[in-house]
Amino acid sequence: MKRNIILFFIILCGFVFQTTLFQALSFGGISPNILIIITVSYGFMYGKKCGMVTGFLCGLLMDIFYGDVLGFYALVYLYIGAANGVFHSIFYQDDIKLPLVLILASDFVYSFTCYVLLYLLRSRFDIIFYLKHVILPEVVYTIFVTVFIYPCILLLNRTMDEIERGDNKVV
Amino acid sequence: MSPVTKRKKDKFSIPSKYLLLILTCVCVALMAVTFFTDYSATPLNKLVGYVVVPFQDGVSRIGTWISVRVDELGELRIILQENQKLKEQIDELTVQNTQLQQDKYELNNLRELYKLDEQYSGYEKVGARIIARDSGNWFHAFTINKGTDDGLAVDMNVIAGGGLVGRIVDIGSNWAKVNAIINDNSNVSGMVLASADNLMVRGSLQLMAEGVIGFGQLNDSQNTVEVGDKVVTSNISDKYLPSILIGYISEISQDTNNITKSGKITPAVDFEHLEEVLVILKTKQQIGD
Repeated sequence: MKRNIILFFIILCGFVFQTTLFQALSFGGISPNILIIITVSYGFMYGKKCGMVTGFLCGLLMDIFYGDVLGFYALVYLYIGAANGVFHSIFYQDDIKLPLVLILASDFVYSFTCYVLLYLLRSRFDIIFYLKHVILPEVVYTIFVTVFIYPCILLLNRTMDEIERGDNKVV
Repeated sequence: MSPVTKRKKDKFSIPSKYLLLILTCVCVALMAVTFFTDYSATPLNKLVGYVVVPFQDGVSRIGTWISVRVDELGELRIILQENQKLKEQIDELTVQNTQLQQDKYELNNLRELYKLDEQYSGYEKVGARIIARDSGNWFHAFTINKGTDDGLAVDMNVIAGGGLVGRIVDIGSNWAKVNAIINDNSNVSGMVLASADNLMVRGSLQLMAEGVIGFGQLNDSQNTVEVGDKVVTSNISDKYLPSILIGYISEISQDTNNITKSGKITPAVDFEHLEEVLVILKTKQQIGD
């Protein structure tokens, strides 16, 4: 229960900072994707189900505020969360390579999906331009931010684990 | 004491396959509902309005405060110099102003004679602050800190610095989402002020990097439209009020069909540094009535 409340707060903070602080820190109109970091992290840390729920909530929040159709981003994030849950079995806390690779891949897949569904279908064919000016900068910036944010999420979860373990002993 | 925690976990044991299926169905259903009907998720809008918007408001307030303080320190010296110059200008302008006031008086009289009432200059407006921007990098919509509680509604036009910014497309009780005209999915029916030729102003992510908006479908058989001409919203648009300044033509070229022209417009609004906007409290539909 505690964990769920904390998860909810992390998503909320992620969304608030992504729409305010990181928009102010954007380079050339490109800001990092915090929500994908959260979704992917929770996906491989706690498995498929948690990833799905996190992704769904993140996406829904984006849909409500900035989506044209309710449920579009929710669906994309949902599948990204689920896909990352598959890697739960090979996740070790001390290894930062796997998270970085997964976040990089997920952000790329996410951006590319957005391009195909939101731009290509409206006959914006200049894929090289969008790749160079939106997708790649976003991926690079997101990875850069991950290096700082991921350890915080990890630390928080470790603390939660310890608190839970402590609770069990007391009970 | 592990059974206690175990039982807790067992309660939520839907296999992940089914959870994925269920959530997918929920998403698809939501998409179908919002796409095929006009239902715009008002309860959800309200709910997140109370949960998220206060945070966004707070964070952006702090951010603005800090950046303003930093700017202030840097600009103090320049401002002092400017102040001197401006004082001289004031004297000059006061003289001009009296003259203009006389002219205006004359103009009003003439207008009355012509019975041209100033239908569009006297809109009631309300100021709002931008508190958040689109979380993705594909579109550049933003959220303002006023909503239905302040009398705003969907389709109201948003202006800043005398130019058109966009219109409200989604609304909650204390927030509203504004779709900017530079957005890739935005089309505005415009008009060249000098020649009254209609054109379509199309936002584009590609042109956004250059700080311009594209336009097309300009039917200018007389070749009268030139670079530098003012473009305003046209009176045939069903969402935008007429005669709001959009920008100035910066580039113009003949289309391959040899009938229409297209080109670029430099917007009147500085979208990069937008912080405060004005919302016109009337929609085109209301004015038509």
